[in-house]
Amino acid sequence: MTMHRRAMVPWVLPAALLAVWQAGCMLGLIRSDVLPAPTDVAVAGWRLALSGELLRNVEVSAWRAAVGFVIGGGIGFVLGLLNGLSPGSERVLDSTLQMVRNIPHLALIPLVILWFGIGEQAKLFLVALGVFFPIYVNTQHGVRSVDPHLIEMAHAYGMTRATMIRRVILPAALPSIFVGLRYGLGITWLTLIVAETISATSGIGYMAMNAREFLLTDVVVFAILVYAALGKLADSAVRLLERLCLSWNPVYRDV
Amino acid sequence: MNTLPFPLREADGLGRRSMTAMQGDPRGADLRLRGVRRSFGDRAVLRGIDLDIPAGQFLAIVGRSGCGKSTLLRLLAGLDAPDRGEIAIDGSTAPQRGVVRIMFQEPRLLPWNTVARNVAVGLGDRAGAREVAAALGSVGLSDRANDWPSVLSGGQKQRAALARALVSRPRVLALDEPLGALDALTRIEMQTLLERAWAEQGFTAVLVTHDVAEAVILADRILVLEDGFIVEDVMVDLARPRAHGQPKAALIEGRVLQRLLGAAAGQRFARMDG
Repeated sequence: MTMHRRAMVPWVLPAALLAVWQAGCMLGLIRSDVLPAPTDVAVAGWRLALSGELLRNVEVSAWRAAVGFVIGGGIGFVLGLLNGLSPGSERVLDSTLQMVRNIPHLALIPLVILWFGIGEQAKLFLVALGVFFPIYVNTQHGVRSVDPHLIEMAHAYGMTRATMIRRVILPAALPSIFVGLRYGLGITWLTLIVAETISATSGIGYMAMNAREFLLTDVVVFAILVYAALGKLADSAVRLLERLCLSWNPVYRDV
Repeated sequence: MNTLPFPLREADGLGRRSMTAMQGDPRGADLRLRGVRRSFGDRAVLRGIDLDIPAGQFLAIVGRSGCGKSTLLRLLAGLDAPDRGEIAIDGSTAPQRGVVRIMFQEPRLLPWNTVARNVAVGLGDRAGAREVAAALGSVGLSDRANDWPSVLSGGQKQRAALARALVSRPRVLALDEPLGALDALTRIEMQTLLERAWAEQGFTAVLVTHDVAEAVILADRILVLEDGFIVEDVMVDLARPRAHGQPKAALIEGRVLQRLLGAAAGQRFARMDG
């Protein structure tokens, strides 16, 4: 019973806000073209789900998020590992990457549209670029901060370089890599929202912009909620993965 | 192996063993150092070490902090190379894999591997569940094989590290103050464990410690290192197992301390105890 009650605590505030919102709309305190009632939003969502429009757009957005994330994250991970392990490679690459990092990737949107038009490449490029840096920086940091005592131990026990990376360096860097992963996921959705609202013919962002043209505020609000749900879902998935992979670490145990 | 009960004080095998050790045990390797020097920048840490360690001997190296004792051990373990001079193991100066194992002051277990996987590190790429189980048994950790290192006590972690060092049956065990961070009781238990492992496996042991009493309890021979030179070489001719506070042991301890602290302080110590 107390377990149930404790699990419910985080949901009390959102539920109360929802109730106030609904009451405000029903009492006419909030105009429906400014903010439609939660029930209207739910009805709009139901309509979109039935027509298949919702699923199609969610699929498109999720695909863009996943592909962009894998490309940007993959490159970031490899370069982070490389620059964490090799001071030579770091000297050559790191300062350039840090310079590029200081450009907000969304500032490139006009250029990206010129390069790729409004096709898929534009969105994937922006997502990949946004995801690259958090994963790169955190992987490099994780690899660099491996306890030198463990490296020396691995050396004393005759581990080869490859074995040492697999058994010592990567597991030690994993908590830090996960931080980059979660941060990168946040950037993925942020980038996608902006990119899809500015230039797209499909996806959740397009759905919202299209609805705006027809003053369908309920659909706009619903699209925003879909983004929130997708972001939360992805974050929860990574947290679960984190807990499974880092069960050796007392910090992540029984959280 | 590992048939002896854990808290063992009456194991008379230990006394016999220390005599055979003097004649050279086929399991242990002998070490020969000639003119070994090592500097870090301008600071000469080892300034010409000549040393012969017979196979199977339990040697302790004591000295103040910064006297070069840890550097000497790292050279023996192949973690560092001398600037000048040579180190030969069984007459060969070529580096030999897995002959020397080192145990550090910290356990240095991989936190993301179970205790058993950590011990298996000592076997390299070779899988050997039976060896790992035997090594864990010999340090009394059989029931912790599948635990994470983070749930072990300090003494248990160090026992796991000992199992990792011994699982491949090395011919030389280098010990860099491995008991320094343990509490007094755990320390005595570890000393017993270490002595028993040495008696059973017959490796050559080189123990670096700042604790002279520990050196006297465990070692066949004690070296005092000062400013990069060996300034004293004492044989500890006492039957095993040795008890803490034995009069003859106190005498040797006094002599070593005297050398370490300078004459006046050492005499005061000898009067107090003897």
